[in-house]
Amino acid sequence: MKSLSEIETTSKRASKAAGFSWGVAEEVGKNISLLEMFGLPGVRNLIEYYNIKKEKNFENLKLINKENKINKNSFCPIISGTSFLDQAKSLEKLEEITFEKLAYPMLFLPFISRASEIIGKKLLLKLDDIEFLLNFNVSIFSNLSKKNIISESNFTSVRFLENSDSFSEKEWNELYKKSEETFVEETESLKQTAAGAGLTDND
Amino acid sequence: MKIELRDPKIIMKLSRLGSFHQSKLSFLRSFLKEFKNWDYRKDLFDLNELGYGTAIYSLRKNKNVYSLICYANKLNDNERSDRVIATKWDAAFTLFDGIPSKQDIERLRNEVPKQEIGRLSYKELTLSRANKSIRAFDHVVECLSNGKQPDVKFLSKVGYLYRTTAVYGSGKFGLADRFRIKNRKEIYGPFRLEMMLVYLVRQFTFDQVNHIAKHRNPKKAVILDNDISRNLGIGNSTGLGMAPFIVNHPTLLNNWILSREKALKKIREIKNVKKEDVELFKKCLKKSLKNITSWNTDSEYQLKKINSLLNDLNKFIKFIENDLNHTEEYLFNKIYLWSEKNLGEECIEYIVSLMMEPYNDIIDPLIEQMSSNEEKYFNIPTHRTVQDLKNILEEKYYEILKIDFSKKESYQNFWFISKNKEEPRLANRFKESGGDLEQPLAIARDIKKLYEALSVLKNSSTIDKFLANNSIHRHVVRRAFIAEKFPYSEIQDNTIDDKIIPIDMLRLKLSFFGAIKFDPRSDKWLRISMFQGAPLPNELKKHSDQWVYNSLN
Repeated sequence: MKSLSEIETTSKRASKAAGFSWGVAEEVGKNISLLEMFGLPGVRNLIEYYNIKKEKNFENLKLINKENKINKNSFCPIISGTSFLDQAKSLEKLEEITFEKLAYPMLFLPFISRASEIIGKKLLLKLDDIEFLLNFNVSIFSNLSKKNIISESNFTSVRFLENSDSFSEKEWNELYKKSEETFVEETESLKQTAAGAGLTDND
Repeated sequence: MKIELRDPKIIMKLSRLGSFHQSKLSFLRSFLKEFKNWDYRKDLFDLNELGYGTAIYSLRKNKNVYSLICYANKLNDNERSDRVIATKWDAAFTLFDGIPSKQDIERLRNEVPKQEIGRLSYKELTLSRANKSIRAFDHVVECLSNGKQPDVKFLSKVGYLYRTTAVYGSGKFGLADRFRIKNRKEIYGPFRLEMMLVYLVRQFTFDQVNHIAKHRNPKKAVILDNDISRNLGIGNSTGLGMAPFIVNHPTLLNNWILSREKALKKIREIKNVKKEDVELFKKCLKKSLKNITSWNTDSEYQLKKINSLLNDLNKFIKFIENDLNHTEEYLFNKIYLWSEKNLGEECIEYIVSLMMEPYNDIIDPLIEQMSSNEEKYFNIPTHRTVQDLKNILEEKYYEILKIDFSKKESYQNFWFISKNKEEPRLANRFKESGGDLEQPLAIARDIKKLYEALSVLKNSSTIDKFLANNSIHRHVVRRAFIAEKFPYSEIQDNTIDDKIIPIDMLRLKLSFFGAIKFDPRSDKWLRISMFQGAPLPNELKKHSDQWVYNSLN
């Protein structure tokens, strides 16, 4: 088994060799080890992408808009991801961002996961019909059934989810009531000695 | 009195960093202190009469166990090489997490001796190999098998029976990643498992030499005297592989140096220095002279430094004996200020190290601050402005920005990774090919380029916009924002200059390891000794904290 440290270093070097700057290669190294740690096929997707990168002229999306359309070829997932990560704070107000044709979108995913941590919000990434719920770069929830190589997503969207509860107020009250069973009723004499007791607070 | 931390612009120059010495903060000393109450065991010693076979040693506390597995193999003299390109060694080692099963021992027998081309697993923590110092090892076997103890004077010239040529950890070749073990309190300190491996290897070298001597002459052989053993360490040949580490781990470098600087500041701020603390400082100073007078090297560069250190120390001893009132307030501050004014860098840093000796209460909490959670600082704060970044560069890289990179000598060298051993190397870009595959270790040059690129932009523009069109500067933008928070994270010198002395970078790292007797064999590699004077494993529980000055050599 390869260690995450080996995966990071080797992915970084391969990315430099594929023509990215050292700074971007560092991002990719970090991302591939992150994907593998989450049990997603980072190494396989990266190899496939670099195998065809020289033949196909993928488009570099440097400034992200609400809707991002290609001119001719699919977007490069690494430059698109780097731009998303860098611009995440200003993109948040757009609520949902869409991308037409994104090559090897699994390589885009870790940038979104890291952006979720940076802005402190969960992000929902959709690659056609595959969904990934990215939870602050701590966990990823997905309906991805197999460890696939996804060579292209025709329609990609990233939605910024508002921080909200996954349960109703009624459910919360029910849970709280159960937790109350661990509390002890205070006697009157104990109440007299609690913090602030016996003093006027109008001082 | 409030003392300021020393200025990174001075401390982070390579000449100063290359003058650092071991101290109470050094990793091999803090390792021994942490493991003082652990139980030591020799679990297996299955060597043939020539000393080849398998041995296992462990350190245990409650249910926690770390086991060193040693594989000693026959090696012909013409196969023995300390160079990283070697493929066979006298012995190979791995530190196993827990108690290895028979299957583990057999699995590792096939992998550990292969080193870089073998595969380790998450159960193994560190990996190393070592070669005998033939002249020392053979001499000891010869003497012991004839019923005599070896010549101490001769041994002191070498200082060890074996030299390691690499010690790997943190996920290399399949070893456990740091994240798997980082929450264990006993290893919350940099390189603690590497130190453990080297320490236990040292004991193996003594056991092996005794074993061979006994089998050579069972009736007459004697055991190597404990005092002699204690004064032998483990040698290490270290090349450029170590140098990029301190560039590639800026927050870690900061935490090492900052701990040293905080220690010095706190010691200088002590108003009433206790008499016993001054006495301990003086005692360590005098005892440490033996480590300098027995410091052997053929390197003119190092000899010059040793002579200057000895002259300065004699000057310093005269000062503290004749001119210093030991009851003065802020005594250590006075000592420090006098040293800065009257002594060279090598001696100043020597005295700084010695000043720490009396102060466990200051040093112990700092040891826990010497690791780093590097991930935390990886993301670039891209909402910041060009003006913010320019301010950082002007403040943190003030000297660097003055370097004229239009001159050939300023960018003569380049760092690269060698194809045959995947190790960092340094070469002259005007004489060697491969400059186009340069590693991102020319920080000074790249920072200057970044500054020039920023100077044509609107100050209010944000970094995300700058990076969108300037990806080439991304690695140094990241570093600059790290340097903003971590004052000692950057070497304040040009690492590709024609005058670069790479061994200064090695010396810095090795001083934090706790190595002594730096012996440069060129400007690109050196030999050192580790654990010389250290307690033997069965003496761990009662060892003196100042063992490093108890050397007989």
